Formats: sequence, C-alpha cells, structure tokens
Amino acid sequence: MSPIIKLTNVCKSFGSLVVLDGLDMEVAQGEKVALIGPSGSGKSTVLRTIMTLETISGGEIEIDGEALWHMRRNGKLVAADEAHLRKMRSKVGMVFQQFNLFPHWSVLKNVVNPLRTVLGLSAQDARARAEELLALVGLKDKLNAYPGNLSGGQQQRVAIARALAMRPRIMLFDEVTSALDPELVGEVLNVLRLLAHEHDLTMIMVTHQMGFAREIADRVLFFEKGRIVEAGKPDKVFTNPDSDRTRAFLNAVLQG
Amino acid sequence: MIPFDFDYARSILPLLLEASLVTIAATVVSFAAALAGGLVLVLGMRAPFAAVRWPVWAVVQFIRSTPLLVQLYFLFFVLPGFGISLSPFVTGVAGMGIHYSCYIAEVYRAGLESVHKGQWEAATALNYRKSAAMVQIILPQAIPPIIPVLANYMIAMFKDTPILASITVIELMQTANIIASEKFLYVEPMTLVGLIFLAMSLVASACVRLLQGRLAR
Amino acid sequence: MSLIYEARWVFLEGILTTIKITIAASLLAFAMAFLAGLGRLSPFAPLRWLALVYIEVFRGVALLVQLFWMFFVLPFFGIVLDPIVTAVLALGLCNGAYGAEIVRGAIKSVPHGQSEAACALNYSRQQALWKILIPQAIPMMLPPFGNLAIELLKATALVSLITVHDLSFQALTLQQTTMRTIEPFTVVLAGYFLIAIVITGLFRLAERQTNARLGRGAR
Repeated sequence: MSPIIKLTNVCKSFGSLVVLDGLDMEVAQGEKVALIGPSGSGKSTVLRTIMTLETISGGEIEIDGEALWHMRRNGKLVAADEAHLRKMRSKVGMVFQQFNLFPHWSVLKNVVNPLRTVLGLSAQDARARAEELLALVGLKDKLNAYPGNLSGGQQQRVAIARALAMRPRIMLFDEVTSALDPELVGEVLNVLRLLAHEHDLTMIMVTHQMGFAREIADRVLFFEKGRIVEAGKPDKVFTNPDSDRTRAFLNAVLQG
Repeated sequence: MIPFDFDYARSILPLLLEASLVTIAATVVSFAAALAGGLVLVLGMRAPFAAVRWPVWAVVQFIRSTPLLVQLYFLFFVLPGFGISLSPFVTGVAGMGIHYSCYIAEVYRAGLESVHKGQWEAATALNYRKSAAMVQIILPQAIPPIIPVLANYMIAMFKDTPILASITVIELMQTANIIASEKFLYVEPMTLVGLIFLAMSLVASACVRLLQGRLAR
Repeated sequence: MSLIYEARWVFLEGILTTIKITIAASLLAFAMAFLAGLGRLSPFAPLRWLALVYIEVFRGVALLVQLFWMFFVLPFFGIVLDPIVTAVLALGLCNGAYGAEIVRGAIKSVPHGQSEAACALNYSRQQALWKILIPQAIPMMLPPFGNLAIELLKATALVSLITVHDLSFQALTLQQTTMRTIEPFTVVLAGYFLIAIVITGLFRLAERQTNARLGRGAR
C-alpha cells in the first residue's frame, strides 16, 4: 500500500540555519509514529510543514498520493494555490504545545465553530458531534466554560477534541504535553492512548515522553540536525539502537 | 484641470520656508519646556504625600482632556488681566509646553515602571543607596526605550504648532494665510504648507524609526 | 457667573455642536481606521500601498492645515462643502489614519498560535480574520480607541477656526459679549472636560462588556 505521507528530499532553512536537510520520510496509513531527538533537530518543523504552517525550501511532500505544495494545472506542475492548500489541509489535523484554543469562545464553540464555518455542518449536527468528542475526552461537563478558566490538561483535551471533530485522516501532535504541569500530563496521554486504538487514524507525534512513545508507537524516528538518524520498532530503538548518537541521546534523556 | 500655478508657488516658497523656522523654533522650545515640565509633574505624581499626588493627577487629567486651543486662549486673554503680558510666541510656547508636559510625565512614569521590580530588589540586596540605584541601575534601563516615544511627541507638537496662529503667532500656516488672503489665492500657499508638513513629518518619523532600530540593538 | 448664566444658550449651542461633530467624526474615523488598518494587512499589494499612503499623508500633515486646505482650497476645485461637513471630514480622515495603526497593531498582536490553529482547522484567511483574529483584537483596540476619541474631541476645537459655532467658538463669543475672560474660558474648558469624562466612561463600559464576553470576567 502506498504511504499516506511521503517526504522526499525535503529541505527547510531559516536564513542560514538549516532545519531540514534533505529529509526522506514515509508514514503508512493508520501508523502511529513518534518523532524523538534533541531540540532544534527539526522534528516540530516536519509537523509544521505537513500542516502547511511553514513552507519548504526544497523537495516534495505528498499526502495521500497528492503533492502538498504543488498542483497540476493543464498537465503542468505549478505552485499550490489557496484552494489546493485548503483541500490538502482538510486531511490533516494538528494539536499544539500551547493548545491555541480560541479564548473568546466557550469550549463548545471552540469545537462547533470550525465544524460550522469550515465544514458547513448544521447547528444541530455540529453540536452533536462536538458533544460526542468532548465526552470522549472527558469534558462533557465543561461545555460552557471558557478556555481561560480551564487547567492546561483540560485545555489540551479540548484542543484534541476540536482537531478530531474535523475528522482528519492524519493527526499531528506537537509536544502536546510539554507545556503542562507534571500532574496534568497523564490525563492528556490517556486520551492519546484511546486514539491509538483507532485503526485508520494516522498519528505523528513529537514527544519527549519516551515511555509513552515506546508504549503506543508502531515506529520511532530519531532526528538529529534535520535528518533521520535512526528508525525502527520502539523496542529495538529504545533498548538496542544501531546509532551511537541515538544511544547517547537516550542515555542523556533517560538519566535526566 | 488643476488650478495650480507653479511659478507663483515657486515665488512664495522662500517666504514659507523662512516662516517654517518660526515653526521649528516653537517646536524645539516648547518640547524642551515639556521635557522639564514632565519631570516636575512625574515627581509630583510619585510624591510621598497624597495631598500632592492627587491634585497633580487631577490637573494632568484636566489638561489632557481639554483642547490646546482653548488653553492658549486662556493664557492669551487671562494672563494680561493679572499684569502678566507675554509675547504671543512665549505664550504659545508656554501653553504647548504645559499641555504636552502632561503627556510626557506619563511617558516618564511608564518608563520607570517598565523596569522590572527585580532590578530594585537586586539593587537593595546589593545594598545600593536608593538614589544610587536610581541613577546607576534604573534610569539607564528606563531611558533608552522612552527616547523614541518622546521623539514622537516632538513630532506631534510640531504638527500642533499651526494652532499658535490663533493667538497671532506668525508661524508657517499663518504666513500662508496672510499670503493667500492678499490675492485670494489659496491653492498654492495651503498646498505648499501641507507638503512642507508632510515632508518634515516623514523625515522626522524615518529618523525616529532609525533611532528605534539603533536602540533596539 | 450670572453673566455666564445669561449667556447659557450660547454655551449650549456650542456644546451641542461640539458633541455632534465629535460623534460624526468618530464614526467616520473608526470606519476609516478599520478600512485602512485591514488594508495594510491585505495580501493584495496595491491595497496595502493605498492604505499606507492614506495613513502617512493624513498623519503627516497638521490637522489645522488639512482643515484649512479643505475649507479654502477645495472650493477652487469646485467643491464647496458646508463648514460642518468639512470639519467632520477632516477630523474623521485624520483620526482614522491614527486609528488605522491601532487596528493593524491590535490584529498583529493576537498571538501567532491563533492564526496557526485557525490554519490547522482549515479556516480560510478571511474566516480566520473575521472569526478568530478581529474578535480577539477588539478588546485590545478599545483603550487606545478611547484615547483617540478624547484626542478627537480636543481636536474639534480647531473647527471654530473655520467658522463653525462650536464650544471653542462660543468661548470667544462669550468673551466678547460678557467682556470677561476667566469665566467664559473656564466654563468652556469644564464643558470639554465633562464630555471627555463621559467618553472615558463609555469606553470603560465597553471594555468591561467585551472582557466579560471573553469569559475573563467569569472567573
């Protein structure tokens, strides 16, 4: 089966700083992939380019067999226009480190409004779907609360519900527990565990929670300097990595 | 068809440029007055006695909420009744200085408060005297960020100088008015005055931006 | 003070004119502020330049010069406006240019994560602007817009110089009819101060309303 995400020789630099250095990467449909590695190694940038939050300086990204940043017009490959990008974005959802809930809306409206505005759902359908997902993340009793009055863990669960409600085929999780107080990490990881059972949902997560990555990932990619240094099953990468760099990183992280 | 006579415009330009010297002088002098007045007011607003703080605050609010034009009328018409007769220029500069010192006091206050409280605490922990902490630690951090703000107030004052015409100061706009009413030809002098203001403001704003970039480094 | 009481109708005519001009010019200024502020953020370059030229010209030229230009020069182009209309136009356009920077600054200061989240949820640029960014920017605009409204109120005094019978104009009328100086000018200054207090109060109220709607007050 062809991969749902395919990055070929992707390059990205900010000024003279090279963030992605000819990256090749494939993710199969339904696969759960964890990206690990030191900060500044380009893991988050991978997610952000897939979400089209960052452009790429070179290479190609394909989602579901279709180029992300290019499209065919009259048989020629041209730069993607806004309509193409929006079509591609509808396949992808993302959860951010800083939650990025809309503070001027209640929890319910945070989930309902994108369904109405972007997907054009009716008020009843949107509300029903929003309630279903907020129940899934355990926040059925917070529908009318405002983000500012929720704990970080609750906010992040709303953010997950909001992204899931759009029914993307791919979910990107960008260090979703890094901004949380330690005692709130568990409730968010529990929601992710739940999602990991969704057979069709493709999940890519950037994480520093090594134990969690090992538990739910089908595959772990170790990043360094904008490239994948090592990839493999979690048990293999975490217990017996091929690369010395991976070993050094894991030693430093696990002892810390 | 634009009724703009370039030859006529060229013939009155020297007069206008000369008059703009009065405008610039009024700006510079009243700005200096406002800088000094602002200092007095900020000291008053931070005085240890509420009996000082409160009236100063009230006066500042009042002056900031009422038009410069009427304040100038007040000085111009009322002061002579008390035996104080100042030239229109001095009256105007004093009025603008007082008016803007109320804004500049606020700039000083914000500048002082923008220095992190931890800086005071560190100075205290190192056993600095309060005055030494102010001069050596607080002010050097408070002053650079307010310089562009002050410069913008100077530009604002520059653009308020035409109001001085209303108390018979012959500055740039009043000169244009006089020229215009002689032959009842308003297009050229008024347009030129507008362009002179625009040019000077743009240059001044560019300088402020340059200064801001320099200070940000 | 009894002289002032006898001249109260003169004062009232003035204060009503000032209030009318302040309201009309504020509405125009807010409209222009949004148009030009959004124009500056437009992805369409000619629109950005147009907004920039408007902002720079109307901020760069002294308001009194703009007023006189519209009052004395426009008639030479065959455009003769009522002095009050001239006053509202000049005040609205000039303050709108200042307001445009408020609008642009507030929208730009909404945290970047908000536009990223909107993008990730596949909102179009327009949808993100109107549903996510502007509603969050408005509470930030209110305090500076309140200050701008006060500045506009003060600037209305200049319209007396183009023959509009506003509060400042009546100050001179009162001075001439009563042959006094302190009283008329003090009363007129107090009149402006009163209007300013009302404006400040209205903006405070609006701030409280929007903050409550943002759920910040519901803690």
